[in-house]
Amino acid sequence: MSTPAVTTPSRWRALTHHHLFWPVAVLIALLLVNVPFTPDFFAIRMADGHLYGSLISIVLFGSPLILVAVGMTLVIATGGIDLSVGAVVAITGALTCSYISDQADQNALAGVFLAMGIGLVAAVVCGLWNGFLVARMGIQPIIATLIIMVAGRGVAQLITDGQIITINSEPYKLIGGGYWLTLPFSIFVVAAVVAVTVALTRRTALGLLVESVGGNAEASRLVGIRSRRIKIMVYMFCALCAGIAGLMISSNTSAADGNNAGLWIELDAILAVVIGGTSLLGGRFSIGGTVIGALVIQTLTTTIYTIGVPTQTNLVFKAAVVIVVCLLQSPKFRAKVLGAKGRARTTAPAEPSAPADAAPKMEVSR
Amino acid sequence: MLNRRNFLTAAVGVAATAGLAACAKEDGSPTGSSSGGSKTITLGFSQVGSESGWRTANTDSVKSAAKEAGYKLQFSDAQQKQENQISAIRSFIAQKVDVIAFSPVVVTGWDAVLKEAQTAKIPVVLTDRSVESDESLFVALVGSDFTDEGRRAAKILEKVLEKAGHKGKVKIAQLEGTTGAAPAIERAKGFKEVMDAEHKDDWEIVASQTGDFTRAGGKQVMAAFLQSNPDIDVLFAHNDDMGLGAIQAIEAAGKKPGKDILIVTVDGVKDGFIAMSEGKINAIVECNPLLGPQLMEVVKTVHEGGTVERWIKTKESDFMQDQAKDALPTRKY
Repeated sequence: MSTPAVTTPSRWRALTHHHLFWPVAVLIALLLVNVPFTPDFFAIRMADGHLYGSLISIVLFGSPLILVAVGMTLVIATGGIDLSVGAVVAITGALTCSYISDQADQNALAGVFLAMGIGLVAAVVCGLWNGFLVARMGIQPIIATLIIMVAGRGVAQLITDGQIITINSEPYKLIGGGYWLTLPFSIFVVAAVVAVTVALTRRTALGLLVESVGGNAEASRLVGIRSRRIKIMVYMFCALCAGIAGLMISSNTSAADGNNAGLWIELDAILAVVIGGTSLLGGRFSIGGTVIGALVIQTLTTTIYTIGVPTQTNLVFKAAVVIVVCLLQSPKFRAKVLGAKGRARTTAPAEPSAPADAAPKMEVSR
Repeated sequence: MLNRRNFLTAAVGVAATAGLAACAKEDGSPTGSSSGGSKTITLGFSQVGSESGWRTANTDSVKSAAKEAGYKLQFSDAQQKQENQISAIRSFIAQKVDVIAFSPVVVTGWDAVLKEAQTAKIPVVLTDRSVESDESLFVALVGSDFTDEGRRAAKILEKVLEKAGHKGKVKIAQLEGTTGAAPAIERAKGFKEVMDAEHKDDWEIVASQTGDFTRAGGKQVMAAFLQSNPDIDVLFAHNDDMGLGAIQAIEAAGKKPGKDILIVTVDGVKDGFIAMSEGKINAIVECNPLLGPQLMEVVKTVHEGGTVERWIKTKESDFMQDQAKDALPTRKY
């Protein structure tokens, strides 16, 4: 990975060329937009024995999206896509809550753990099915995962009988709605999952293998990488992440809603991955970028609520911001609009292949 | 121009109903003479989805009422998507059901498919929600008056404020239903009507956003509201589920729902009544989902070629906190 040929070396330049610069800049800008509308937006105070404030809410409500997006990142890195995550969220929540609601003592730890186990196993089975279809049967990922996306929500409703299952389980409430050490417990779950993912993909060769499969599955197979096995693994991992997100979402409201839990989360997750600078073509990925991307989307949602955008124009507003973010991410657009700076960069002889340079490179350097 | 178009559609409507009546007579008499018993009526019913406990109760009511009346029910769940509902109605037309009933997901975009039903001479009955289409395209609406529910919510809020001893300005946060859905539009309209007429100076809606009729939506939106408007006095939620989500957000902010923030919701599902009996909701405006029996009566009359009222309103009442405990055991949904 060559650093751009810098003729006027400055810290600013290095900073703006960092692959996380634009996502972070957008996140900060969005946070600042809130200040005029909510003067104490950055204030965090104690309430009811835990920390409370807008930033805490953003992380709390954004946790499921971060999880789903992290799983999605790896799938996208192999050149695939997983549309079934929303349905997996619904299935996991439905199974877990219906098991807990059948318990005589909903607060019994053993029962809650078993319920969560059942939910997560179901999620992983969904992932295995997706991986099987994609890697073994050679079905296009978008079609293979569409099956569970459509059918899975029906399964979730079958499990819940079309009802919203309300539960009263204190231990279960902890995962998505509870607090530990004055912070939302979900932050710790997210931190653990992200840390494990980063460690596995950047401290071992696994990340390189995933990227190599995404770059060219056939070539990878020929050099001795079991590309099918890698693909099945990432789909299972993605489903597991979605499963944990499903536990969080159902725990957050203490209810399983087969119809609405995780609805459209797959699209938000893909968006988060893209905002984070991972190319949909596969071959390289950035977990850190994805986390920032997910936070951008959650902040955007919160911003819409707080600045009082009329409900009818919510989606237009969201779309406009997303377009701006994507344009800012595009070096070509920046070169055209920012003018001289960009031109100086394109004339630099360092990297001849312009399209390959289109997205920030991210290799095993982390 | 407009008049002529209206006249034309009306004429088509009249012609269609006349044809329908003729049809009913035609196949009515031979069956009557041959076997004495009439042919079972097939009813095609397309439900919005199962987005809430209210909806589930509504579905159950339609299913059991159809069974009781001895009708054959073709049931289809649209999963809150208009395109699903339109294709369900098209398949009902292809199957030549006797009557089509449906709860429209949104208010607009139904003209084409309703005209197809009209051409096929199948009468259409709307349940629960109305549409913005030509009046001649459906025979009746069985459902609640959402605008009136909004008015009733405002009226009961007056009582709630009086009981809580609240004086002076009232800052109201509103959790709207799904954008574009009839109950969301009309409940907001009815509420605002009373507010503008009688409380122009003292009531103010300081924040209003959609919570999509779900608990998760209600919780997330309320959490944001509490940040941008920390001094909210009243929450008006367009359904119980959003109210239940908001209660959790209010508690997380260290406030007491039902005391620090007064809550009025619409619907009256069981979980809502449980929350009200715990003192977390102050008043509930009922929106009765058990309209199955009323619907079956309409279906029967329409099938026999009789005329029905355009709007058959469901029977509903309002509940204050002190009535919650008594009413709770009787709640079916």
